[in-house]
Amino acid sequence: MTRRDPELYDYWPYRNRPKIVWPNGAHVAFWVAPNIEFYEIDPPRNPQRQAWPRPYPDTLNYSLRDYGNRVGHYRMMDAMDRCGVRGSVSLSVAMCQHHPELIRDGVARNWEFFSHGIYNTRYSYGMTEAQERAIIEDSIRTVEDATGQRIAGWLAPALTHTERTMDLLAEYGIRYTCDLFQDDQPQPVRVAKGRLISMPYSLEINDVIAYNSYLSTPRAYGDMIRRQFDTLYEEGAASGTVMCIPLHAYLVGHTHRIGPFEEALRYITSHERVWITTAKEIAEYYFEHYYHLVQADISKRSGVCAGGRP
Amino acid sequence: MSLPDDYLVYPKRRRGMDHDWYEWRGQSDLPRVDWPNGAKVAVWPCVSLEFFPLNPVGRPLRAPGSMVTPYPDLRHYTTRDYGNRVAVYRLLRLFSDLQVTASFAVNSAVAERYPSLLHDIIVGGHEVIAHGIDMDRLHHEELSSQEEGDLIESSLSVLKRFTGARPHGWLSPARLESSRTPALLAARGIEYFCDFANDEMPYEFRTECGNLTAMPFSQELSDRQILIDNHHSEDEYAEQIVDSCDRLIQESRTAGRRVLSLPLTPYIIGLPYRIATIRRVLTVLRERPEVWFTGGDRLHTAYTTSTHWKSR
Repeated sequence: MTRRDPELYDYWPYRNRPKIVWPNGAHVAFWVAPNIEFYEIDPPRNPQRQAWPRPYPDTLNYSLRDYGNRVGHYRMMDAMDRCGVRGSVSLSVAMCQHHPELIRDGVARNWEFFSHGIYNTRYSYGMTEAQERAIIEDSIRTVEDATGQRIAGWLAPALTHTERTMDLLAEYGIRYTCDLFQDDQPQPVRVAKGRLISMPYSLEINDVIAYNSYLSTPRAYGDMIRRQFDTLYEEGAASGTVMCIPLHAYLVGHTHRIGPFEEALRYITSHERVWITTAKEIAEYYFEHYYHLVQADISKRSGVCAGGRP
Repeated sequence: MSLPDDYLVYPKRRRGMDHDWYEWRGQSDLPRVDWPNGAKVAVWPCVSLEFFPLNPVGRPLRAPGSMVTPYPDLRHYTTRDYGNRVAVYRLLRLFSDLQVTASFAVNSAVAERYPSLLHDIIVGGHEVIAHGIDMDRLHHEELSSQEEGDLIESSLSVLKRFTGARPHGWLSPARLESSRTPALLAARGIEYFCDFANDEMPYEFRTECGNLTAMPFSQELSDRQILIDNHHSEDEYAEQIVDSCDRLIQESRTAGRRVLSLPLTPYIIGLPYRIATIRRVLTVLRERPEVWFTGGDRLHTAYTTSTHWKSR
C-alpha cells in the first residue's frame, strides 16, 4: 500500500514564520557538502535501479567517478581551504576502507562526516528493516572508527529511500536528514519516536544537477550560486535561511570548473552576515533555539493549513 | 521486491580499488616528471578518425555518432563521412600552420577506405594510434577472448600496412571495453591506452599479460561532450579549454608537470563555423611559454624516461 503523501512534514507557508537568527546575527547559515563517494565497478544488482548506464564493465563512467577521488578532491579541498570553508561530508562510508587518506585529510581540517550509505552503488529500494538497520549501524560504527565522530546526519545512498527511513534515522539518534527538499529552512520531520529535522541541502545548487542535468557552463554554475545566495541572504534578514552547496569532486574538481566555483565561494564568504558552518552545527543550534518554537508555530497553523496531514 | 541477504556483503571493501588494475594514487603522491625544454604542461591534441557503417548492429550499444534514423540513414552517415573528407583537412592545415604535432586515433576501416588520408597524416609528422576496426565493432563482455583478440590484432596489423609500424597506443571505439581488453592489448604489444578518464597524469595499469600505461584522456573536455552533449557555444568551448590550461600551468608551480589532453572529432570541431574556434584555442595555448604540444607517443616516452617517484 503506497501513500499519496510522504506524511513526513506539515505544510508550513513561507510567510510570517518565527524569526530565526543565526549566531552573530547572521542571515544565512552556509554549509558546503562534498559528496565523497565510492561507486563499485561490479555491484550486486538491485532490480529497481541500474548502477551504470553501459554494460559491465562500464570503465568510462567508473573512471569518471574515480577521477573525483584521485584528482578532483584535492582541487576542491584546496579551494575550500582558501575560502575558509569546512566540509560537511556526505560520505560513502566504505571510503574509510578504500581511501583512508581522504578521510584523514578531512579530519585534519575539522570537517564533519555524515553518512551517504555504504556505497553509492547499493540502493535502499527493497531493503528489509533489518537491512536498513544494518546500513545505519555500519555507518555509525565505520565513521566513528575512522574519525571519532558520531554521525549526526544522513543522505540516503544515491537518494534511495524506504517508507521507514526517517523513523529509523531518528531511532538511532541521527539529528538531520538531507533527503527532503521542501524548504529553505530546517523543519521538524514527523517520526515514530525521537526527533529529526530536515536540513536544507539542494538539488539545484548541486553540481550534479548543474552539470549533468542542466548541462551548465562553469561560469553559469558560478552565477547560479551567487543568485541563490543573494536571495537567501536578503530573505534571511526576516528569518534566517540555510544555504548548502552540495559538491562532487568528479564534477566541480575539473580544471575548467574549479576557478568559477572558487570565485562564487569567495563571493559568499566575503559577506558579513553569513554563518560559515557545518550541517551538524546548524542542527545543534536549531534544536537548542528553534525546534520547539517552530513546532509550536506549525501546530498553531495546522488547523488552517491542513495539507500534508495524514 | 525485496533484496537477497547477500546484498549487503562487500567482498571488495578494502584499501585501494575494488579491482586489481591499478593502485589508488592521490594527487599528493604524483611522480616527478620532466617535459622537454622545461615545459610545464604537455598539450596533447588527439583526433579521432571514425568510420560509422550505414548498417550498424549496435552491439552492445550504438556508439555516440552512430546511425539514428531508419535505414538508410544518409544524413548521419554523410555528416560523419564529411569529417574524414573535409573537416580533417582543415585540422591538418591548422596543425601545419601552427606547427603543432597531434595524435590521430584511427579506425582501421578508415585506413583501408581512405589510404591517402593516412599518408597525409604521416607526412604531416603526426602520430597514429589504434582505434579498433570501426565504430560498430565494439569491445564488450559478450565477445570471447579469441574474438576480441582478433579485433585488436586485425586493427593493429592493418594500421601497420599504412604506417610501417604497429601502433604503440590504443583508444577503444566509443571508449567501450570488456574486462579483458587491457590484458589483450598488453599481450599484443600496446604500450599505452586512453580508455580511462580518471587522471590528469599517466599511471601504471596492471594486467595478467603485462603492464600498460593508462594515459590521461579527458572526456569532459572533448569537443563532443562540450559542444554536442552539453550544447555549449564555441566561445564557451574555447573558454573551458583555455581555463583548463591556465589552471594546470598555475598548479604546476607546486604539483609538477601536467598533461592537458584535447580530444577532437573532425565532424564536430572541423566544421566551417567552428574551425576558427579551435584555431584560436591552439594559438592561445601555443603562446604560453609553459606549454609543450605533443603527440601521445612522445608524451608516453617523455613520461616513462623521466619519471622519478618522490617516495620510492
